[in-house]
Amino acid sequence: MTTTSPVEKAGGATATYVDQRIGSNKFLSRNLGKVFPEHWSFMLGEIALYSFIVVLLTGVFLTLWFKPSMVEVIYDGSYVPLQGVKMSEAYASSLDISFDIRGGLLLRQMHHWSALIFIAAMAVHMFRVFFTGAFRKPREFNWIIGIVLTTLGLLAGFSGYSLPDDLLSGTGLQIARGIMQAAPIVGTWAAFLLFDGEFPGTEFISRLYGVHILLIPGIILALVTVHLMLVWTQKHTQFPGPGRTNDNVVGYPLLPIYMAKAGGFFFVVFGIIALVGGLVTVNPIWIFGPYTPDQVSAGSQPDWYIGFLDGALRVMPNIESVIFGWTISWNIMIPAMILPGILFTAAGLYPFIEAWVTGDKREHNLLDRPRNAPTRTAFGMMAIVFYALLWVGGANDIIAVAFDLSINSIIWFLRVALFVVPPIVFVVTRRTCLSLQRRDREKLLHGYESGRILRLPHGEFIEVHQPLSVKDMAVITSKTDHVALPAPEKADADGVRNKHYRWQMMRHRLSSFFYGQNIPQPSMAEIEAGQHHAAHDAELEAPLHDYEDADELRRAHGGVLHHPGMAETNTEQIEQDRSQH
Amino acid sequence: MKFLAARRRSPFVASALLIGALVVVGGGYAAVASVQPAEAAMAVGSETQVESGRQLYLEGCSSCHGLEAQGTQSGPTLIGVGAAAVNFQVGSGRMPLAAPGAQAPSKENVYSDEDIAAMAAYIASLAPGPAIPTAEQLDYADADVAYGGELFRINCAQCHQAAGQGGALTQGKYAPNLMQAEPIEIYEAMLTGPQNMPVFSDAQLPTKDKQAIIAYVRELQDSASPGGLTLGRFGPVTEGVFLATAIFAALIAAAVWIGIKSR
Repeated sequence: MTTTSPVEKAGGATATYVDQRIGSNKFLSRNLGKVFPEHWSFMLGEIALYSFIVVLLTGVFLTLWFKPSMVEVIYDGSYVPLQGVKMSEAYASSLDISFDIRGGLLLRQMHHWSALIFIAAMAVHMFRVFFTGAFRKPREFNWIIGIVLTTLGLLAGFSGYSLPDDLLSGTGLQIARGIMQAAPIVGTWAAFLLFDGEFPGTEFISRLYGVHILLIPGIILALVTVHLMLVWTQKHTQFPGPGRTNDNVVGYPLLPIYMAKAGGFFFVVFGIIALVGGLVTVNPIWIFGPYTPDQVSAGSQPDWYIGFLDGALRVMPNIESVIFGWTISWNIMIPAMILPGILFTAAGLYPFIEAWVTGDKREHNLLDRPRNAPTRTAFGMMAIVFYALLWVGGANDIIAVAFDLSINSIIWFLRVALFVVPPIVFVVTRRTCLSLQRRDREKLLHGYESGRILRLPHGEFIEVHQPLSVKDMAVITSKTDHVALPAPEKADADGVRNKHYRWQMMRHRLSSFFYGQNIPQPSMAEIEAGQHHAAHDAELEAPLHDYEDADELRRAHGGVLHHPGMAETNTEQIEQDRSQH
Repeated sequence: MKFLAARRRSPFVASALLIGALVVVGGGYAAVASVQPAEAAMAVGSETQVESGRQLYLEGCSSCHGLEAQGTQSGPTLIGVGAAAVNFQVGSGRMPLAAPGAQAPSKENVYSDEDIAAMAAYIASLAPGPAIPTAEQLDYADADVAYGGELFRINCAQCHQAAGQGGALTQGKYAPNLMQAEPIEIYEAMLTGPQNMPVFSDAQLPTKDKQAIIAYVRELQDSASPGGLTLGRFGPVTEGVFLATAIFAALIAAAVWIGIKSR
C-alpha cells in the first residue's frame, strides 16, 4: 500500500466514503466488470439511444422559446418574406427560434435530424435483432418493448412534426384527423374530442405539446430503462465464434473498455448530428408558410417514418360503402388503420409465432447467422420490401416529377407490385440463404477454394483447397440442424380419435415450411476428413521432389494417369521433354 | 469611257459586276434591316409584320392549330389567345411542339425575337387577347414580398409546391419548376394560363398582385438558404434519402471503426 499513488488514494477514499453511506461498492464491483461481446452491429441500438439523448437535450432548449398557442399574431421578426403575415403564435415562435434566437436554428435542425436518426436507428437495430434471431427465448419481452418503443418513436416524431403549425405540419394533422374520422361510428366523435371541435380549432396544438414534450418522452425513457436493464440481466447475445457457446459471453469488460468505447461513440454520434444540423436544412418551415386550412402545397409529405402510411393511403383504390346510414371509408380504414395494425401486431408477436411453429423452447444466447434461418430471413426481407414499396407510394409525386413519369402509372405499378414483388423477394432470399448454406457445407467437406490452380506433373490441373481457419470453422459449425415437428396421428394406437388433429396438422405443415429444404450439416467425422483432405491439397503446392509421399498424393488426385517411367518431379519432366526433342 | 469600253468584253467583267451588285444590295438591305426593328416595335401589328407572322405561322404552327388558327384535333384554336400567349409559348420553346406528349416541355427557342413578335402580331390581329406585358407592368421593385408569398401559397403552391420546385399532376402532366422562370414568363403564364394552368386574369389578380407574386418567386430563386444545404427543397422525401444514405453511412462507418479498433 505504500506505493499507492495520490490519485488512487483519493479515489479509494471517495469510494469508501460513498460505500459506507449507500453500499455501492458491492454493486459496482459486480457490475463494472461485466463482459459484453463485440460487434459493430451491436452498436446500432446505441445510435438510437444517443440520438434520443440529443433529442432530449435539444428539445429542452426548444421548450424555452416555443409557445404552443394558436393565438393569432402578426409576424414582425427578422424573416422579411413573412413580415406582416398573420399566423399562430406557435408558428411565429418557431420562426423566432429559427431566425431571432442565437443558435436556435442549429438546435432546431439538430432536434429534427436526431429525431429522424432516432427512429431510423431503432429500425436498423430491429433488423439486426430480427435477422440474427436475437428475439428468441428468453428475449421475447424485450423484443416487444422494442416494438412499442418504435411505435412511440413514430408518435413522438409525428407530434413534433405537427407542432410548428406551418403549412406542412397542418396538412399532416388534417390527414391524421381524416384517418381518425374513418374509424367506424366513433371516428367523428373521437376527432371532435381530441381537437375540441372543428379542425383545426385552437386547442389541439397545446394539447399535442404536452403529449410531445412530456407524455411520450416519459414513456420512452421508462421503457428504454427497462429495455437496457433486461439486456443487462439477460446478458447480450453474441455471434458464434471460437470459444463462444450458448452459456458464456466472450468480450470485454464494461470498465474500462466499453465505458471508453460507448462514451466515445456517444460523442461521434453527437458530432455527426451537430454537423448535419449545422450544414443541412431540415424542415424549412419558413418556406412552407403559416397553416391555413384552405391551403396545401404540392409535394406535401410526412417525415420518412410515416411515409409508408402515406404511401398506403395514396395507393389504395377508392372504396366506400354505406351500411345502415353509416359511411365506412375502406379507402382510409384499410391502409391507415388495418394495415399498420396488422404490421405492428405481426412484428410484436413474431417471436411467439416462430416459437410455436418451430416448437423451439430452448434458450438462445448464440445468434443465428441469417442464412441458417432461411425462412425467417426471407420473411424479414419480404416485410422490408413491402414497406419500401409503400415508401415509394408516399413519394410518388416527387418521383413522378424527378423522373418524368406519370403519377397514375406509379400508383398502378405499386398496386400490382405490393402483392407480386414481396413473394418473389421471399423465394429469392430463401434460395440465396440455402445456396450460402450449401457453400458452407462445401467448405466443411473440402476446405475453401484458394483460387490457386496447380498443375500436377502428369498434366492434371487442380484448384488448391485450404483448410478453414479456426474462426471460420467455429462460425460455420455453429449451425444446428432443426427438424420439423412430426405429423400428427389421426388416431392413437388404441384407436382414440385425435381431437387436435387439424390444429396439429397445420402446425406440422408450417413447421415443415419453416425448416424445409435445410442443407444438412455434415457430421464431425466428415468435416475432419474434408479438412484433412484440404490440408493435403495445400501441401501439394510444395515442390514435389521435397515430398516423400508424392506417389500417395498423386493417387489421391487422379494419379491413375501416372505410369512407371513418368516424371516424378517438375525438373525431371522438363529434362524428359528436352531429351525427347 | 474608252477605258471601260476597251474592257467591256473582258472575262472579269461579269464577276466584277456581280460583286458590285451584291455589295450594293447587301449593304443597302443591312442598312434598312438594322433600322427596321425600331420601326416594327413602334408599329405593332403593321400589315407587313402581320403578313410575315402569318407566313411563319403557316410554316411552323398551322399543321396542328389549323390554317386559319381555328384549331384542329391535335391543337387548340389560337383565336383570342393574344400576343402574350404566343410570346410565352414560343419564347420558352414550348411551341412548336417537338413531339406529342402529356405536356409541352420547355426547350431551346429556335425563333428570333422578331419572328416571335411577328407571330404574336398575327395572332393578336385575329381577335383581341392579352397583350405582352410592358416593362412597367413587369417592374416588381416596389412589390410587397410577404403579400406575394401569401398569394403564392393560396394560388400557386398547390401545383408548383411551396418552394416553387414544381409538382406532379395527373397522367404525366406537371407544374414546372419555377427556379429559372423570368418575370415576363411568370406574368404571361398567369395572364394566359398555358397548358394545364388556370388563367389568373387582371380581375382575379390585378397587376399589383402579379408583381407581388413575381417578387416572391424571385425571392425563392435568389435568397440564400439559412439552414445550409437545401436538398432541393423537395421536403421530407429528400431529407429521408439524405438520412438513409449520407447520415447512416457515416454512423455505421463510425460503428464499424470503433468495433474494429479493439481486435
